[in-house]
Amino acid sequence: MLKINQLKASVEDTPILKGLDLHIGPGEVHAIMGPNGSGKSTLASVLAGREEYGITGGTVDFDGQDLLDMDATERARSGLFLAFQYPVEIPGVSNINFMRAALNGKREHAGLDPIAAKDFLNLVKEKASLVELDGKLRDRSVNEGFSGGEKKRNEIFQMAMLEPKLAILDETDSGLDIDALRIVANGVNSMRSPERSFLVITHYQRLLDYIVPDFVHVLVDGKIVRTGGKELALELEERGYDWIKEGVVS
Amino acid sequence: MAYDGKDKILEDVTAKAYEFGFTTDIESDKAPPGLSEEIIRFISDKKNEPEWLLKWRLAAYEVWKEMEEPEWPHLSYNKPDYQGISYYAAPKQKKELGSLDEVDPELLRTMEKLGISIQEQKRLSGVAVDFVMDSVSVATSFKAKLGELGIIFCSLGEAVQEHPELVKKYLGSIVPTKDNYFAALNSAVFTEGSFCYIPKGVRCPMELSTYFRINESGTGQFERTLLVADKGSYVSYLEGCTAPQRDENQLHAAVVELIALDEAEIKYSTVQNWYPGDAQGKGGVYNFVTKRGICHERSKISWTQVETGSAVTWKYPSCILKGDHSIGEFYSVAVTNNAQQADTGTKMIHLGRNTRSTIISKGISSGRSQNSYRGLVQIMPSAENARNFSQCDSLLMTDTSGAHTFPYIEVKNPSAKVEHEATTSKIGEDQIFYCLQRGIDAEQAISLIVNGYAKDVLNQLPMEFAVEARKLLAVSLEGSVG
Repeated sequence: MLKINQLKASVEDTPILKGLDLHIGPGEVHAIMGPNGSGKSTLASVLAGREEYGITGGTVDFDGQDLLDMDATERARSGLFLAFQYPVEIPGVSNINFMRAALNGKREHAGLDPIAAKDFLNLVKEKASLVELDGKLRDRSVNEGFSGGEKKRNEIFQMAMLEPKLAILDETDSGLDIDALRIVANGVNSMRSPERSFLVITHYQRLLDYIVPDFVHVLVDGKIVRTGGKELALELEERGYDWIKEGVVS
Repeated sequence: MAYDGKDKILEDVTAKAYEFGFTTDIESDKAPPGLSEEIIRFISDKKNEPEWLLKWRLAAYEVWKEMEEPEWPHLSYNKPDYQGISYYAAPKQKKELGSLDEVDPELLRTMEKLGISIQEQKRLSGVAVDFVMDSVSVATSFKAKLGELGIIFCSLGEAVQEHPELVKKYLGSIVPTKDNYFAALNSAVFTEGSFCYIPKGVRCPMELSTYFRINESGTGQFERTLLVADKGSYVSYLEGCTAPQRDENQLHAAVVELIALDEAEIKYSTVQNWYPGDAQGKGGVYNFVTKRGICHERSKISWTQVETGSAVTWKYPSCILKGDHSIGEFYSVAVTNNAQQADTGTKMIHLGRNTRSTIISKGISSGRSQNSYRGLVQIMPSAENARNFSQCDSLLMTDTSGAHTFPYIEVKNPSAKVEHEATTSKIGEDQIFYCLQRGIDAEQAISLIVNGYAKDVLNQLPMEFAVEARKLLAVSLEGSVG
């Protein structure tokens, strides 16, 4: 699904990713953990096609296509979804209209006609129930006046609507209380399938109690320095990141 | 990779040709350039006008000669050569038209290009269209239907002939000839426009709509609209325009006067899309418009405008809230792109007791354009318990554009409550990226964000106009990622 080889990226000449390798197979859930400033969110942004990042080396293959050759819109339409750490407010644009534009963009890319109004509304209803997003939130402006938890639930709702091949969750657990975390995790878990892969970026192990990963990677200073199973996350929780950092240095 | 860089996008914007830039090939009956008493007499004679109107024009001309073109707007342009303009042009088409079949097919094609095919309008939406081609009205529909209700909707020239008492009573009553430089000029030389009268207690069953169009190279356009809503009546009036591409500047100095008698309501909506000039600002229409309405007791006037065109816009649709409990509203979206300049806003003059006014202004600046809001809220000593709420927002699409707000508030009665809110923001890279990541392309993302920003105003437009306006906003800002 996703093959990242020796990816190097920088912001304004400051290297952030320094030769990152990561392979994600179909249906797999990978977690990336790491201390602050290790490049976790940069990785998410680079994969999503954010302009501010300069790619200085490496390749990324996404489902047989050269990801780095596509613009952000194409990547999204090809099935890459990023759940933002800080979802953006768009005043005056209703959540529903926003999703219709997004969904129809994707359909156009696939050579399909725009979705019929009735089908769309049924789909909205079905997907909104996954994350307990009530009607009010669906009709309000995108993320405007949403609480932190509501914004994150809205991200998962959008993900469910767009049914991506690869979903990247960028610190989706940050700022969530335990109930919201459970709702979000349930939404994600209900979408797990043999065709869909997840890349879960998190600072804390807590989220991984709910979304259980197949692999856990530790990112330090722009490189993956250790890979293991879900037990690695528990070890990190117990021992912190320092022992790994020391291991890297020595 | 990723979406195009700023320079490329600015280039795209500037490379975008004016979509409605086409001209219609119809012969014109045209006055020689220049303005003089003789020309005014010529116009008045051509229009077969009564003596009082000629005198009124000549008086306006005398006033105009003594006036100076205003310098106070935040605008920079080469002043028009008023002696280089031809003040009268009429398509050579004198025959009375009973039905659309008799209309010049060339004209019908023009209207179709504008997307306002009369047949369509007639069949689908029930909108009566008084289509002004240059200076003479060529097609008026639904007249009979309106006539049954006693509604008069015709060209101003026709009204002068058919309803002189109404015209004489109200013409210049709200915008006097000496009001300002451009109003004086218009009064002297206006050649066409629309007249509308809604009788007492009548609710006009359809949106009345007039499409203006400049079509004769070098001809100034001096429209004059007079709309009278008698006691307890209601009317929604739509005005929209696009203009063909030109190299030289075209002067447009219109006057609109609205009279809302006791308990009447007038909703006046405009979508303005005059040719804005090329990317360097060459050519384009100068739009110097005076629009004003008076509200008598318990009446209401609501101005809604979507301004996307013209090289230079100078326009302040205003309300004189004379009657007690009267209401004035102003909803505006003004978009400027490339080298466009706009200085627009409103005046709310509170005279009556318990008068209320609302101002919602949304400016959007792109390219190297300058966009100014200028508004006056004036509470006179007689206006006990007057209320005003103003919200003036500016959205910048580029680093090279400018947004300016000049609010004037004068309160002469201590019981007044006046609120003013203003914001200026730059279109967010984060917002655009969020859209892109959801599979929405850059153009559509901007369209969504801008339409969301302008929603409070667009919602005030009649349905079919709102659809048109949304498209227009998107077209006007194509490629404008800052």
